[in-house]
Amino acid sequence: MIAKTCEPHTVDRQQPYALDLRERTFKISHLQILDEHGNLDAEREPDLSTEDLISLYRAMVLARAVDQRLLKLQRQGRIGTLPLCTGQEAASCGPVLAMTDKDWFVGSYRELGGRLMRGEPIENGFLLYNGYEEGSVFPGGERTLPVSIIIGAQTLHAVGIAYAMKIRGETDSAVVCFLGDGATSEGDVHEALNFASVWQVPVVFVCANNHWAISLPREKQTHSRTLAQKAIAYDIPGIQVDGNDALAMYQVTKDALDRARAGGGPTFVEAVTYRLMMHTTSDDPSRYQPPEQLQAWEARDPLSRFKSYLEAKGIWNDERQADLDAEIKQQIEDAVKAFEARKDFKPDAPFDHVFGTKVPRIEEQRAEFLDELRKESTDA
Amino acid sequence: MRKMNMVQAINLALDQEMANDDRVVALGQDIGVNGGVFRVTEGLFEKYGEARVIDTPLAESGILGTSIGMAIAGLRPVAEMQFSGFSYLMFGQLEGHAARLRSRTQGAITVPLVVRMPYGGGVRALEHHSESHEATYGHVPGVKVVIPSTPSNARALLVSAIRDPDPVIFMEPKRSYRAFREEVSEEEQVMEIGKAQIVQEGTDLTVVSWGAVMRPTLQAVEEVRDQRGISIELIDLLTISPMDGDTISASVEKTGRCVVVQEAPRSFSPSSEIIATINDKALMYLEAPVRRVTGYDVATPYFGRESAYIPTNGRIRQAIEETIDF
Ligand SMILES: Cc1ncc(C[n+]2csc(CCOP(=O)(O)OP(=O)(O)O)c2C)c(N)n1
Ligand SMILES: [Mg+2]
Repeated sequence: MIAKTCEPHTVDRQQPYALDLRERTFKISHLQILDEHGNLDAEREPDLSTEDLISLYRAMVLARAVDQRLLKLQRQGRIGTLPLCTGQEAASCGPVLAMTDKDWFVGSYRELGGRLMRGEPIENGFLLYNGYEEGSVFPGGERTLPVSIIIGAQTLHAVGIAYAMKIRGETDSAVVCFLGDGATSEGDVHEALNFASVWQVPVVFVCANNHWAISLPREKQTHSRTLAQKAIAYDIPGIQVDGNDALAMYQVTKDALDRARAGGGPTFVEAVTYRLMMHTTSDDPSRYQPPEQLQAWEARDPLSRFKSYLEAKGIWNDERQADLDAEIKQQIEDAVKAFEARKDFKPDAPFDHVFGTKVPRIEEQRAEFLDELRKESTDA
Repeated sequence: MRKMNMVQAINLALDQEMANDDRVVALGQDIGVNGGVFRVTEGLFEKYGEARVIDTPLAESGILGTSIGMAIAGLRPVAEMQFSGFSYLMFGQLEGHAARLRSRTQGAITVPLVVRMPYGGGVRALEHHSESHEATYGHVPGVKVVIPSTPSNARALLVSAIRDPDPVIFMEPKRSYRAFREEVSEEEQVMEIGKAQIVQEGTDLTVVSWGAVMRPTLQAVEEVRDQRGISIELIDLLTISPMDGDTISASVEKTGRCVVVQEAPRSFSPSSEIIATINDKALMYLEAPVRRVTGYDVATPYFGRESAYIPTNGRIRQAIEETIDF
């Protein structure tokens, strides 16, 4: 379905010679299943069980609550700087619902909901954003790569992993790779799309167009009218999706993964969403963000429309919501407690993980470091 | 035993490792059908096929970035940068990810990969084809930097690099590629990464060098020995980082004098680190200041002038003699 709608046009020798682009020769398709009011395009409703639908909703509500708790902890000075994910829950939770444990999750830093769905403990975010590498890994997370801060770089890792899946014949494994709108300007993303296309590897790029890269608006990032159209240059299907519509995000990822696993190669998904909070806790969007734009997007919240959908289906009500809220509150409280009780941060852990072999130079420096540390603590 | 040049020896290492371990893949520009611009990968494409000997698009960051992904997923990629002068385009991937994934994940994700790259001058090449910037890579924690000097150590070190659990930058002195042959065993051979090699034992002076300038250095050492009866210990550094300070300092404790010979620009270079190491560990044994013969802190000149910039036999001899006579 994706391949057909996005088939790029090839050279047409009958076209009159002209350098202007007024006559566009391509069309980008758009997928929305659940509109901002919760109205359903029933024909396209995914075939999901009640259990799946509720777990998807729960994941988004949890992500929002954890995000807000992280913000609060930061404002109280209990953790450090962090990026916020509020508003973008559907763009990572929808895709993860379409993934299996055998698929690889290659993310950036705006996919808290997706990461929690992959099994990452809530505590990890607290650890990571309080400056501990311990927050970058979790048991069972072998195929969930840690937060990647260098914009765009992770897209190449995704392609390399997908290449490995392909040549090892792991046909039930594919890669879902997340990136932002700003990332599309990075050379690495061009290289990743090109390599993915040349190699025809099983990777799905999910590009969260949240309209901003810190203070740079989407239209200053690229003059292209869509991000999806960039895929055409690589002969990769590119599609635009309502990124606040969890059903559409699920469906497009599922279709793209099916295609990838069947040997159909990469897909590029532009998920149109919005960053409802500051870029990071150090950022002040009032310096650049038009308030009316924010308001318009608050009305398109991914959570409220999904809730309306569940209610309309008769599988959700206020009582269930209250139960869920209470349960999540408790879960987060427990995680905060566990995080704040943790004291097992080995001071010389960085020396353990420079190399996979014992290196005298590193061991000498470790001894010196520990010695200095002991002296400092006895001086104090 | 077969006599081989360095190109053939590196090819042997790749061939044997690819035969031994089907996780090993080679990738880079023109390395497949064409066998590499220096023919280092000749014959591998025919033998192991296009899935394991990959002609990549022309993109250095792409080559390393995808190699990182392959390594994460359990392959053992050996990437080629066509020339070290173009490798800076992959520096972000190296510093940001290859070098750090182990520490970022406290050992849960590791990136065993090798990046081979011809480096160094003396081949009358275009701009960007002649520099010795090993220090750039040596400064990155988490990355190992290896420079062979002969066909047999190139072969053994490359095998070790491929089996190493960490990212290894393997810099091949292109001037030495076809400069000479030596016997290389067909039997498996490895060499420990992180260990310098004492090429000649001696008691009066220590000389440390690596890469292509090992040859003029060896010649100068032999001339001074023969003409003045001086016993010189010659060390081939082999691993730039992590540097084997112990072998150097033990030697200097014995000889009390040291000369370092490198092709690289002088400042912030391996010779700086060698002198700092001697300062830390063997200062009280020194009978003369440590001398160094190096490239200069200038852009590597076009080849019309380069021979005057690469350490020559004359400059090396002079430094050795002045250090002995100090
Ligand atoms: C290579 C690189 N350059 C600059 C930065 C600093 N930086 C962090 S986030 C960001 C904006 C990224 O925008 P986008 O890709 O749209 O992702 P978003 O933050 O909106 O999710 C920038 C410039 C970085 N992390 N990496
Ligand atoms: Mg953005």
